[in-house]
Amino acid sequence: MKQKIKYTGALASLLVTGMVWADELNMPVGVTDISRQVYDLHMTIFTVCCIIGAGVFGVMFWSIVQHRRSIGAEAASFHESTRLEIAWTIVPTLILIAMAVPATQVLIAMYDTGGEDMTVEVRGYQWKWQYKYLDDDYNRTFGFFSNLATPQDEIYNRSNKGEFYLLDVDKPLRIPANRKVRFLITAEDVIHAWWVPDFGIKRDAVPGMINELWTIVEKPGVYRGQCTELCGKDHGFMPVVVEVMEEEAFDAWYAEEVVRETERMANLSKTFTEEELMAEGEQVYNTFCASCHQVNGQGVPPVFPSLIGTPVVSGPRDEHISLVLDGVPGSAMQAFGKQLDAAQVAAVVHYERHSWGNKSDDITQPRDVIAIQEAGQE
Amino acid sequence: MSEVIHADHHDDHDHGPDKGLARWLFTTNHKDIGTLYLWFSFSMFLIGGVMALIIRTELFEPGLQFVNPEFFNQMTTNHGLIMVFGAIMPAFVGLANWLVPMQVGAPDMALPRMNNLSFWILPFAFGIMISTLFMEGGGPNFGWTFYAPLSTTYAPDSVTFFIFAVHMMGASSIMGSINIIATILNMRAPGMTLMKMPLFIWTWLITAYLLLAVMPVLAGAVTMMLFDIHFDTSFFNAAGGGDPVMFQHIFWFFGHPEVYIMILPAFGIVSHIIPAFARKSLFGYDSMVYAVASIAFLSFIVWAHHMFTVGMPLAGQLFFMYSTMLIAVPTGVKVFNWVATMWKGSMTFETPMLFAIAFVVLFTIGGFSGLMLAITPADYQYHDTYFVVAHFHYVLVPGALFSIIAAVYFWFPKWTGRMYDETLGKLHFWLSFIGVNITFFPQHFSGLAGMPRRIPDYALQFADFNMLSSIGAFIFGFSQVFFLYVIIHGIRSGKAATARPWEGARGLEWTLPSPAPYHSFTHPPKFSEEEAHS
Amino acid sequence: MSEQPTNGMTSAQRAGVKKTLRQAVLIVLGMCAFVVALVPLYDLFCEITGLNGKTGGPYTFDPATTSADKTRLVKVNFITNTNQGMTWQFWPEKGAVRVHPGELREVNFYVKNTTDKVMVGQAIPSLVPVKAAAFFHKTECFCFNQQVLQPGEEMAMPMRFIVGRELPKNVQSINLSYALFDVTESMAHLAVTGGE
Repeated sequence: MKQKIKYTGALASLLVTGMVWADELNMPVGVTDISRQVYDLHMTIFTVCCIIGAGVFGVMFWSIVQHRRSIGAEAASFHESTRLEIAWTIVPTLILIAMAVPATQVLIAMYDTGGEDMTVEVRGYQWKWQYKYLDDDYNRTFGFFSNLATPQDEIYNRSNKGEFYLLDVDKPLRIPANRKVRFLITAEDVIHAWWVPDFGIKRDAVPGMINELWTIVEKPGVYRGQCTELCGKDHGFMPVVVEVMEEEAFDAWYAEEVVRETERMANLSKTFTEEELMAEGEQVYNTFCASCHQVNGQGVPPVFPSLIGTPVVSGPRDEHISLVLDGVPGSAMQAFGKQLDAAQVAAVVHYERHSWGNKSDDITQPRDVIAIQEAGQE
Repeated sequence: MSEVIHADHHDDHDHGPDKGLARWLFTTNHKDIGTLYLWFSFSMFLIGGVMALIIRTELFEPGLQFVNPEFFNQMTTNHGLIMVFGAIMPAFVGLANWLVPMQVGAPDMALPRMNNLSFWILPFAFGIMISTLFMEGGGPNFGWTFYAPLSTTYAPDSVTFFIFAVHMMGASSIMGSINIIATILNMRAPGMTLMKMPLFIWTWLITAYLLLAVMPVLAGAVTMMLFDIHFDTSFFNAAGGGDPVMFQHIFWFFGHPEVYIMILPAFGIVSHIIPAFARKSLFGYDSMVYAVASIAFLSFIVWAHHMFTVGMPLAGQLFFMYSTMLIAVPTGVKVFNWVATMWKGSMTFETPMLFAIAFVVLFTIGGFSGLMLAITPADYQYHDTYFVVAHFHYVLVPGALFSIIAAVYFWFPKWTGRMYDETLGKLHFWLSFIGVNITFFPQHFSGLAGMPRRIPDYALQFADFNMLSSIGAFIFGFSQVFFLYVIIHGIRSGKAATARPWEGARGLEWTLPSPAPYHSFTHPPKFSEEEAHS
Repeated sequence: MSEQPTNGMTSAQRAGVKKTLRQAVLIVLGMCAFVVALVPLYDLFCEITGLNGKTGGPYTFDPATTSADKTRLVKVNFITNTNQGMTWQFWPEKGAVRVHPGELREVNFYVKNTTDKVMVGQAIPSLVPVKAAAFFHKTECFCFNQQVLQPGEEMAMPMRFIVGRELPKNVQSINLSYALFDVTESMAHLAVTGGE
């Protein structure tokens, strides 16, 4: 008896320790009404499993201890009991029905996508996310790509890993707190999945098809998630980062962003200095090109060619621009024409032609890129 | 298993095995073929295991250290394919080959030549599949579930060889199943009615029908892929009016029954071992049979629970949630019955019993996480994270695999005529048990904390769990090499086994001498109540 | 394999095995047929339930029998995307329109071939919420056909639609997405092989 009390005490203290740890080990409670409901469901079903488990394993271990031949246990001869069979069919069924009720309620709440305050399109690419803020006036619709911001040096263990290693992007999705935001999820190429654990939402991004999700976040902050459907080489390197802003701050940012979008269009006719081009080019290169061609331009031949002294970087510049714009079909080299604007393409081409010992005497400006784009249209 | 060759017990009118390589190439003997299957699956298990260790080595610490992401994806894909189609399934077919004729009282399988063919397809199928790893562009890298369009439009060129290999495996499985069904339905000893069949026979009969039903579905899925890739059709290509989601529906219509194909025979094995070492008849034989049949039926109407996040109408989500939860009922009945079998028994804990008990406990834990995954809203958080990885490894490794290991130890004396070393066997058990839990238990936590599956590198908060998991994986990997030693040691220098080395074991196979004669029952045996399981 | 392995089976058993074999082969063939049938069945199922947001084919509309429900307004959002490296530009005339159920509306979509090659495009529609898909009817849509565009050519493509009056009351907005795919290559293949 005394021993039993000791065991119970040990078990209780284990449970308490477990609860202290639980925060780190468990599903996040999250910052939305839905995520809390999901968390409650998770804890309920987990508790049910623990209780059933304790019962079943308890009986089993009791039996293992008490009904062993080494302590002289004789085998009984019973081998069926219709009553027992019926009991352990019906009782679990009732427990399951009790469980299905709240689960159904939460699911119905999740499907209530109407009454949104704003809509954001989320598009999965190999291997980045694109966010578009949809507006009734198509000219005010704007969007941007959200790329992994973790440097290659951290990934390849050449420098210390930052706090948000692999969970940091160059430009996060921004949404307002306390408003119903609807997400339309789709993909460019293969299937991806968009997930923010703290919101309690996840949905597959399927090419050619849209899915919807919604959320109302109560607490401003930065929330991080990842792609959760195998989508090829860099599946592990396309994080989801959502910055939830106070409503006023969001409105101000949104208005600014619409203006910036118009300015960006105008920027394309500007002439940049060589320093500006190199600085912008380095940033673009490290974000879009370095994962394959490496930070030092050496690439990983033969799959990812080197950019040092090769015909592409030392040959005709216009061919270099076309290659960046249109990619190389049937290879890993994508067509960047869609995701980079002319200014960015100009900068990265200029950077590649003037780095790592490459010495080209040309200067690439956005208008050179636009000329090639337009030449293609004639 | 060279002992079989020297077993000198032939009946007067019986011929023994051929000598040398020809024996194995042209054999139509169920024991030879069973042996081939088992060794083949063990070697696939080691190859798949090495791939798992490559994965765990890369994941030991954050950052990319040993392999690049491209190769990492090939490893996860091939690890899954090889373990499912190359290790677990052929091992069960191997066990069926050894045991079905002996347990039903038949001289051999009903279709011995087809038996030979169905085995010899396999080495070629897996040879083709593994060779893709050395092709330009690499082998399959799209996950063992090969979702389109990653496996079609965006696949490496070697995908065609992969498709061909899957077709061959499917053909082998279908032939194997037909053989098992034909043997069970037509060659039972007089007096062995359906409801008196050993549970291993029952579970395999149902499994074989599942295989017949779903292997053509898998073949259909890969054929459509082949057409999309080479003949410009658009089954799964949205551009041509196809639908990538349809691929997932077809795949999981095959895939979910496939999951039960890998666990039903395990139920059968455990239902033999627990009564034997509890020295007490199996509790609730009839309900065990009905439970297996209902699980098999339910397996056809739950497939979309693998696809809760794909975007289905509410009614669909609810249907698949309810039907999935329902599976817990017959599964629970089985667990309760095993516990009731142990209750008031006279138990001893030899190696097969240890593995069987570990099976019940750890499979049930896998069942619990399965029940949690069935709750659709919660599944949105679990889906495609390490929680799922932990779940299916709990049902497949200490589930399916432990049952296979338990079966090998349990029937080892009957197959070889020798006893394995009990101390070594127990050491193997404890190493495996500790290894498997250190490997997979922490994965529940990394999954809940948000770590997606199939990633070669991870954020810093998952580091501790992953390191633990990797350490466990190496312990587990080592313990399976040790298993090989225990087996070889037993074959070479084990003590001679009696016909019935486990006093509590029941069944026709134990009425044969150990090792069992080359042709099992040349004259139909009389099936007495003594050997019945109910 | 020098002799027929009879395995000591009785003739009754052999007959039984033959019968089982026949049944098993029938099951396998039946399942093969089932897989083949699955594709059209799936499409039909999608069209009925709106699964995956598939919208139906051309719809015939009789203005005489259908009147607009002036008491309700439904917002229809248009989302345009180009997929899998498609280089055309593709945009809607408006980001969204508000319509009464039962009312016929026309919206223009624009495409521009920015390359120097003749290209063929195919737009694939998808609609959420899926429960609205069965009530969204199109009398004319560019997605019913493929578009062939000369280098640099720009084209306006009309889409006419009606939101059914039976649209569930709790649906206040509908999102219609078009994904534009480049099908030039597969068209060329078909032309060469004389397909379809």
